[in-house]
Amino acid sequence: MHSGRRKALQDAGGLAVLALGMAAGLFKPSIARADWNKEAFSTKSFAEAVKDLGGSQPVESKEIRIDSPDIAENGAVVPFAVSSGMPDTQKIALLIEKNPNILAAEFDIPAGTEGWINTRVKMNQTSRVIALVKAGDKYYYNAKEVKVTLGGCGG
Amino acid sequence: MADPMKIRAQMQGDKVEVKVLMAHEMETGLRKDSSGKPIPAWFIQNVTATCNGKTVLSAEWGPAVSKNPFLAFRFSGGKPGDKVTISWVDNHGDKRTDEATIS
Repeated sequence: MHSGRRKALQDAGGLAVLALGMAAGLFKPSIARADWNKEAFSTKSFAEAVKDLGGSQPVESKEIRIDSPDIAENGAVVPFAVSSGMPDTQKIALLIEKNPNILAAEFDIPAGTEGWINTRVKMNQTSRVIALVKAGDKYYYNAKEVKVTLGGCGG
Repeated sequence: MADPMKIRAQMQGDKVEVKVLMAHEMETGLRKDSSGKPIPAWFIQNVTATCNGKTVLSAEWGPAVSKNPFLAFRFSGGKPGDKVTISWVDNHGDKRTDEATIS
């Protein structure tokens, strides 16, 4: 139902469907939708993504380490480990500059959990990859270039 | 219902290292099928990990996370025998929850 509602939103002609979807949405609020930062995941630029993640003017920091292959043979599966050496790391986000949408994933790090995340993402093409970290009240980032020999988002 | 996750939770010194492998297509919505029709987006949006009733990690994912996502993280405050529970919700509202015992 909710995916229907979303499609309807994108469809300029689907006003009636939209109204229906909204009415239905009132009765069954989706937990998934409520917690998902749609704005941040739709952004194209680093500055916009930082803003939608609640930050501003991130500072470059060498305390953030990005471990990944320098050359990824398969863009569909590129492993990344991001570690933040900063105290009170609360958030780690992984952004891929040349993907259709820049934000790939965002992690909330509660107290007691290490500022370290390991995951695998898709890369459309060779791109700068940025790790954004929220530590205390400030935002920091570090970036590295990862070459992709075979794109991961094509058909 | 999606296939179960593979979860491993192991003590590494005084921390617990959790590794998760989820079974999910993670379709971006940008690909087209053989007849040229776009394949609708279908991906995990939220992941939550808890241990002893405390959230130890929560994540929001976009479709850029790879198919059959892998995730690893470390937290303190767990001990052998405790259970780590991982849940995800995708953009269809489908859910899956699995747990593993810390060893």
